[in-house]
Amino acid sequence: MKDRIFRVNLNTLTTSVEDVPAAWAGHGGRGLTSTIVAAEVDPTCNPLGPKNKLVFAPGLLSGTVAANSGRLSVGAKSPLTGTIKEANAGGTSAQLLARCGCKALIIEGQPQGDTWYSISINQDGASISEESELIGKGNFAVVDTLSKRFDGKRGIIAIGPAGEMKMSSANISVMDPDGGIRSNGRGGLGAVMGSKHVKFISIDPGDGKVEIANPDAFKDANRRFAKALVDHPVSQALGQYGTNVLVNIINESGGLPTRNFTQGQFDGHEKISGETMHDTIKERGGKVKHNCHAGCVIQCSQVYNDAKGNKLTSGFEYESIWAMGADCCVDNLDHIAEADQIMDDIGIDSIETSVAFGVAMEAGVLEFGDGAGVCRILKEEIGKGTALGRIIGNGAGSVGKTYGLTRVPVVKNQAIPAYDPRAIKGIGITYATSTQGADHTMGYTIATNILNVGGSCDPLSKEGQVELSRNLQIATAAIDSTGMCLFIAFAALDNAECLPALIDLINARFGINLTADDVTNLGKHILKTERGFNEKAGFTNLDDRLPEFFYTEPVPPHNVVFDFTGEEIDTFWNF
Amino acid sequence: MQVKVKLFAYFRDNRFREEIKDLPVNTQVGEVVDGLGIDREEVGVLMINSRHCTFETELREADILAIFPVVGGG
Repeated sequence: MKDRIFRVNLNTLTTSVEDVPAAWAGHGGRGLTSTIVAAEVDPTCNPLGPKNKLVFAPGLLSGTVAANSGRLSVGAKSPLTGTIKEANAGGTSAQLLARCGCKALIIEGQPQGDTWYSISINQDGASISEESELIGKGNFAVVDTLSKRFDGKRGIIAIGPAGEMKMSSANISVMDPDGGIRSNGRGGLGAVMGSKHVKFISIDPGDGKVEIANPDAFKDANRRFAKALVDHPVSQALGQYGTNVLVNIINESGGLPTRNFTQGQFDGHEKISGETMHDTIKERGGKVKHNCHAGCVIQCSQVYNDAKGNKLTSGFEYESIWAMGADCCVDNLDHIAEADQIMDDIGIDSIETSVAFGVAMEAGVLEFGDGAGVCRILKEEIGKGTALGRIIGNGAGSVGKTYGLTRVPVVKNQAIPAYDPRAIKGIGITYATSTQGADHTMGYTIATNILNVGGSCDPLSKEGQVELSRNLQIATAAIDSTGMCLFIAFAALDNAECLPALIDLINARFGINLTADDVTNLGKHILKTERGFNEKAGFTNLDDRLPEFFYTEPVPPHNVVFDFTGEEIDTFWNF
Repeated sequence: MQVKVKLFAYFRDNRFREEIKDLPVNTQVGEVVDGLGIDREEVGVLMINSRHCTFETELREADILAIFPVVGGG
């Protein structure tokens, strides 16, 4: 299939298929969504208005047999941060979109009236249908109903009630190979989809295949690449314990944000740890390993059953467990799993929402540790769109403002995730300088600050942190363009075979000759494109700062503050 | 001297989660690792009292030593 751009205009309810402009040809995934948003979206527009565009892009290698290449990027101007946004997720849709020959799907405009729509994608392009049956329904009902409505194995991308209600932390859900849900989680992209009255997108590539320019070279590179991934010990540990193996190690380091970021260690850490989760999954007959997309050789996902042995949730991640666990002081893994399942169903970011609950607990809306209360509010308030539900559903910043609090852990209004920037300083630089608000995945310094992957850099010292975050953010922007899961970075940081094999894969797919320098330059170009959009939207270097309390409230056990000056943070952009 | 040793992930298998060990003064971290039958190659992170350390770091009375295999996530 030749790659093309599929466009859906909801002002006119028309669709088109376009050739790929030369300037976009070398981009995929995040690089492509950010390039398109920067080129076509007015940076000053209202994110929920007709001028914003929602862009879906599989990575450069998605749809091929390359290991771990099934990530789907979604981009727009974010209603949560007001910045440019890209969120990526696994699931089956990236590969199926690529097999339709869809390099990017651009959804623009806004329909008049109350009618809701669905979009169907195949090799010929996109088509629009009216939808009524599924409006108001949760993601699991959407996936169930659609798997009966359609023949064959289609990809499904959907929003839940939170997206329909345009909450700022609504996510976009992508069906995984077993009918579970993966999420383009951060930044409220589900609200943008809701603002365009699109409930779901279905993808049916038929017999479509991705063209490979040099099949033999591709096969050889994929063998070397997959071996580098499988051989790395982090990949093996991820399969056994999932990402939640981090609870105990981050707790031990004193960087596990606890009780709305007032402490760096959680007394209940053992009860919510990866080790306990692993044992519980085995006891209850769940699945320790599970792949979120076909071709993943790491399999960090899992299926977590309840005490009766019925599936409670899947894709149960460290950040969600930390946020609902340590940050809200909930030490009952079953409550956290139930909350995770409800958040998947109503389609809301499990990091933003859980951090918002931590702030709400400090405000006295409910007690710290009240896991049952969290589940009730998720279902009865957020899921139904009550006033309190909308306050929490609009994120941690919204809760802080509503209740007049100052300890509100957000950067550019996006909740800070699972690593305290006072005790792990490199990640603080990432939170501050990321083009998309606080996001650990933008430049995961934890690898080097804590895990001794890619070298080591003392988490409590300022030395080397800006350079570490810069190098990782540049590399991440490039990896996010390939369709690769970011977890390939552990192997790429330590194994000299890994990155050349990845570049060989891209070259064999397109018949080109990229070098490592080209890939680094791609990463730099993406970051500068994103920052350029933000500057035109009104952001300056003064927005690249952490909330005041991180500079003034020492966090135990190390009793440290975040002590970078603004000038020091700003040197991040010296490249 | 007494030192608390904590193990994580699969290092716990057929060993323990945490134990108080009586050790000679100036015992190095690497000697504790060796004594537990853990291959140094498999060790990813070592911490004493929540700070990173090395196999050569000497333990002191009442230290808490945490031994992790190579792990990742995020």
